[in-house]
Amino acid sequence: MIPVQHYLVLAAGLFSIGAIGVLVKRNVLTMFMCIELMLNAVNLTFVAFSRHLGRIDGQIFVFFVMTVAAAEAAVGLAIIVALYRNRETLNVDEASSMKW
Amino acid sequence: MIDQIIFYTLAFIIVAMSLMVILARNAVRSALYLISALLGFAALYIRLQAELLAGVQILVYVGGIMVLFLFVIMLVSVRTMEHQARQTRQWKAAVVIALGVAAELIYLIVRGGSIFVTKQPPDALLTKSQNTQVVGEALYSTYLLPFEIASVLLLVAMIGAVVLAKKKI
Repeated sequence: MIPVQHYLVLAAGLFSIGAIGVLVKRNVLTMFMCIELMLNAVNLTFVAFSRHLGRIDGQIFVFFVMTVAAAEAAVGLAIIVALYRNRETLNVDEASSMKW
Repeated sequence: MIDQIIFYTLAFIIVAMSLMVILARNAVRSALYLISALLGFAALYIRLQAELLAGVQILVYVGGIMVLFLFVIMLVSVRTMEHQARQTRQWKAAVVIALGVAAELIYLIVRGGSIFVTKQPPDALLTKSQNTQVVGEALYSTYLLPFEIASVLLLVAMIGAVVLAKKKI
């Protein structure tokens, strides 16, 4: 029986790795992958607490997180395709016309 | 003992694969490393008695989302990506901020360990019947309204994706 803290530390580390990726990478596709990694770290926290507390609610929440992740991936990838078609680039620094 | 070995092996694999997602120069390789990490997550879910979630993780994430990613990576030219700057100039500040957040989270979890009492969890709800049955009952009774809202969200996302990716409407 692994204590729940170990799962939480693992999830925190993975979340931070994802955050570093979002901040450091300039390729918009890789940034998206890092966001998926962060979402999965949060999912791991939910499932670990669900096991720890003996309640099913955490697993239900993971379902909704997965739903939102799927919707986000579909819309985000559509935006990336549109961006590539109009700008011929995948670098987020070059798509800054909406920046203040 | 066998629990610890499995957990730490899986944790090591997931962390290594996640680091490779960041360090890989090619987006295709990043996607493949992320698929490995997601499979590790699925194995952890099985260890946590969430068998249905492990299956859904593989079906939705690996089979759906990541395949979509790979399609888009193949759609846009890979050569365009290679010529562009891969990292931003403020990467030092980014690493400092993210490591600070990680240290803070880990400090809080370690110091707050006394509130997570390590006891045999109340298995009544989780092992009363099969995991799929328990999840299904909760999803269609307590969480019926969020479930329906999620279906509307998926519809909206589908329409939005079609409208955005289409050349001429």
